[in-house]
Amino acid sequence: MSHSLVTMSYIVATILFILSLSGLSNQESARRGNYYGMLGMAIAIVATALSGSVTAYQILLGAVLVGGCIGAIAAAKIHMTQMPELVAIMHSLVGMAAVLVGYANFMDSSIHIEGIEKTIHEIEIYAGVLIGAITFSGSVIAFGKLSEKISGKPLLLPGRHWFNLALLIGTIVLGFTFLDQIEDGTGLLPLLYMDNGGALPLAIMTLIALFFGMHMVMAIGGADMPVVISMLNSYSGWAAAATGFMLSNDLLIVTGALVGSSGAILSYIMCHAMNRNFISVIAGGFGSGTSGPAAVIEGEVQPISADETAKLLLAAKNIIIIPGYGMAVAQAQHTVYDITKLLREKGKKVRFGIHPVAGRMPGHMNVLLAEAKVPYDIVYEMDEINEDFPHVDVSIVIGANDIVNPSALDDPNSPIAGMPVLECWKGETTIVLKRSMAAGYAGVGNPLFVMDNTRMLFGDANTSMQAVLKALQG
Amino acid sequence: MKIGIPKEIYPGEKRVATTPDAAKEIIKLGFSVCVESGAGAQANISDDAYRSAGVEVVADPKALWQQADIILKVRVPMNRPKLGINELELIPEGCCLISFIWPAQNEPVMQQLAAKNITALAMDSVPRMSRAQKMDALSSMANIAGYRAIVEAAQYFGRFFTGQITAAGKIPPAKVLVIGAGVAGLAAIGTAKSMGAIVRAFDTRPEVKEQIESMDAEFLMLNFKEEGSGTGGYAKTMSPEFIAAEMALFAEQAKEVDIIVTTALIPGKPAPKLITAAMVESMKAGSVIVDLAAEQGGNCELTEKDKVVVKHDVTLIGFTDLPSRLANQSSQLYATNLRHLLTELTPAKDGIVNINMDDEVIRGATVIKEGKITWPSPPPKLSAAPAASIQPTAAVVKKKEPSALVKAAKQFLPMLFAGLVLFSVGTVAPESFMTHFTVFVLACFVGYQVIWNVTPALHTPLMSVTNAISGIIVIGAILQVSATSGTVSLLAGLATLIASINIVGGFLVTRRMLDMFRK
Repeated sequence: MSHSLVTMSYIVATILFILSLSGLSNQESARRGNYYGMLGMAIAIVATALSGSVTAYQILLGAVLVGGCIGAIAAAKIHMTQMPELVAIMHSLVGMAAVLVGYANFMDSSIHIEGIEKTIHEIEIYAGVLIGAITFSGSVIAFGKLSEKISGKPLLLPGRHWFNLALLIGTIVLGFTFLDQIEDGTGLLPLLYMDNGGALPLAIMTLIALFFGMHMVMAIGGADMPVVISMLNSYSGWAAAATGFMLSNDLLIVTGALVGSSGAILSYIMCHAMNRNFISVIAGGFGSGTSGPAAVIEGEVQPISADETAKLLLAAKNIIIIPGYGMAVAQAQHTVYDITKLLREKGKKVRFGIHPVAGRMPGHMNVLLAEAKVPYDIVYEMDEINEDFPHVDVSIVIGANDIVNPSALDDPNSPIAGMPVLECWKGETTIVLKRSMAAGYAGVGNPLFVMDNTRMLFGDANTSMQAVLKALQG
Repeated sequence: MKIGIPKEIYPGEKRVATTPDAAKEIIKLGFSVCVESGAGAQANISDDAYRSAGVEVVADPKALWQQADIILKVRVPMNRPKLGINELELIPEGCCLISFIWPAQNEPVMQQLAAKNITALAMDSVPRMSRAQKMDALSSMANIAGYRAIVEAAQYFGRFFTGQITAAGKIPPAKVLVIGAGVAGLAAIGTAKSMGAIVRAFDTRPEVKEQIESMDAEFLMLNFKEEGSGTGGYAKTMSPEFIAAEMALFAEQAKEVDIIVTTALIPGKPAPKLITAAMVESMKAGSVIVDLAAEQGGNCELTEKDKVVVKHDVTLIGFTDLPSRLANQSSQLYATNLRHLLTELTPAKDGIVNINMDDEVIRGATVIKEGKITWPSPPPKLSAAPAASIQPTAAVVKKKEPSALVKAAKQFLPMLFAGLVLFSVGTVAPESFMTHFTVFVLACFVGYQVIWNVTPALHTPLMSVTNAISGIIVIGAILQVSATSGTVSLLAGLATLIASINIVGGFLVTRRMLDMFRK
């Protein structure tokens, strides 16, 4: 294949990727978009493989086949509740691939460039490995936190900001040493005087970056996971873009930039939905910026039984269900949909209200509801449904806490002050399903629970929902 | 301990202090319960229903009073020589009485009860705080009274409530004015609204405006600044200027509206006179006034207690027994209030009442403790104080407002910084780098435009598909897989393998997810 033909294929692949992403603007075109993406990827790989610079087809084929099989099995086996984990581990793979490609490129002696181009190329390698390593270790920790192999609580080392700063300075110094060593075999630090062509600083920097990635995600609380996932998504894109610069490959640059900006926008949306500053999320720890004690919640909760819940639902016309991560944990989504179906057959208006940060990754709740066969046209976003609450007869909150917390709006000292929330308390009655009376993930007392028009249905969400379903049928 | 529930002897009183459902719960607290035969008859509760709930039915009222340790009643104990029953005599020494008592109005009764060493808890003295809401019988009865007020009004009002346009002509909706938006007022608003009337409401407490408007009624504003909120959720007496302005508003409204429901009460005082004879005269013929304050003298000058009278072609309803007119349901609610109070009184669930005077709710309700009059109780500390909590809010918000300089710096510094970086890169970077850089920046903008169009419902598929696409890094690996060096080749092969997992896994899982989304 001629060079021009390869470039042309890359352009086609680029366009297909863009179409793939724009297809996600609605559910109908999304499937087609996904096929565009596959096609684009196939064209890109085939064109590269036939470009003439590839001879080792055995390794290539073997690697693609083995990797492809692992990927296909993982995709088929994964539970939808585990999607965040899968996404996190896949981010880590991109990061690792970026590190490996960076190292391979660094060791590849067949590249001959001189002067400023050489320097830039080295910076590119350095940056690519750096971003890749942070993405890798950060994603591994995120995976651990999501699969609860690591505690979800933020790990806050004393003086961690200074520590991070020291790591950053160390990385920059090592970067200069790396460049100097490659060019004339000297370095800034006496320790690194040995002429090793820059391998040692690169290796040390990789370790620092790995450690930095770990430390960064360890310091972030479980409730901030949606931001972390989107941020790592963004990093994996930037890692690909950096690799593109390193290899002077526009396809990689474009794709990396697309993915990078996608992740960045998602992070922005998630931060906005929690009224958190991006920097404060990354810096870690919850509630570090608040002043004064949050209002103490006083009052008494009013429990309700499954039978009474069923009676309330039968008397209601307009019902909104607000699912949270607790629903996913209890695997209650199928029961919830059975209830929804029954109520809809009885002519009631049942809708779902989804907060942007419900669940552990952006859009997680939508996928879980889709898996339970809930039609997507009764699933609404917070902004679409929030104004309707005054006309709602019954809202059911399943395994959610912070996203329905009125103190976010009226208590400036609350750790979640200013976060937009689903204003279910404006409806006639709110039923909150909760395992027991304990503070939510962020440790915030929720005045909703003690409001006059709130009833608490205690117990496992799935068991409770099944009891309600039985009462509705009987 | 044994709980006795006598039949109410007040004329026209149909309610009863417990229902079979409530009795069942009370028995669970360790008490035994007996009721007078026929106590629930007027509220459509038969003796058999009580029996099946495990309640003993006693035919003789005297025997019932004698054996009870605790008496639950609706009305304050009284003497009815006609029936030959004097409850104040029947009540045994040292007994515990729980009922409406109205200690301010019933001085002599209080004295007599104290003389018999009685412990009395007045349901009308339960403090109005959120913890005590489930025991707040005044609210539960007021709710019923508000509802019934509209039903009574409809009975005497010779027209539709709702507006209609029919082939035979237009029917205008009735206009209802509710004065005092407490529990009863709000219930009246809701009922009138659901019948289709146009509802206006007035209250001296500005904080109820939101509640009124949430019920789709119109809040009548007075161009006058004065805070009308008293303690314990009641209104207080207003200044003469305010009252003058208020009366002018009512006079104007009286000419317009068809039905007026008045619910204005100030605790411990006769009801304020809000509707004068002149206002009644100015109302349209056939209009109706329901005066819920008739017991305390009435909000309207012409109201006659317990009677329906027609004056100046306006029907004035002065019933004081509105809750009793819905006897079954008001008995149910009242019985539940009593049951909650008993639950608070027997924390150990051993059937022994413990009057814990340190508990604010119990302290408030107890008007006589073992023969000693403890009424009035000190005001509850926990009374809702909405005004106080607003103050710090404003202060904090103010503090967080950064200065204009900081704001400007925040806006321009990143731009300045970005400009500097771009400039310094531009001065040193070679041509080839700049071409790639152009592509990169443009791609970022394309990504920005495309991603904002993605529906939030598809954010998870977006992440998994971008995940698959970022597997494009495989291209980099493929280009190096045929390198001469074995190590490079190995590294590149490994990278290809990893990236392939990503590509195949990402696309397939996205497809699986997207297949699940259906209408």
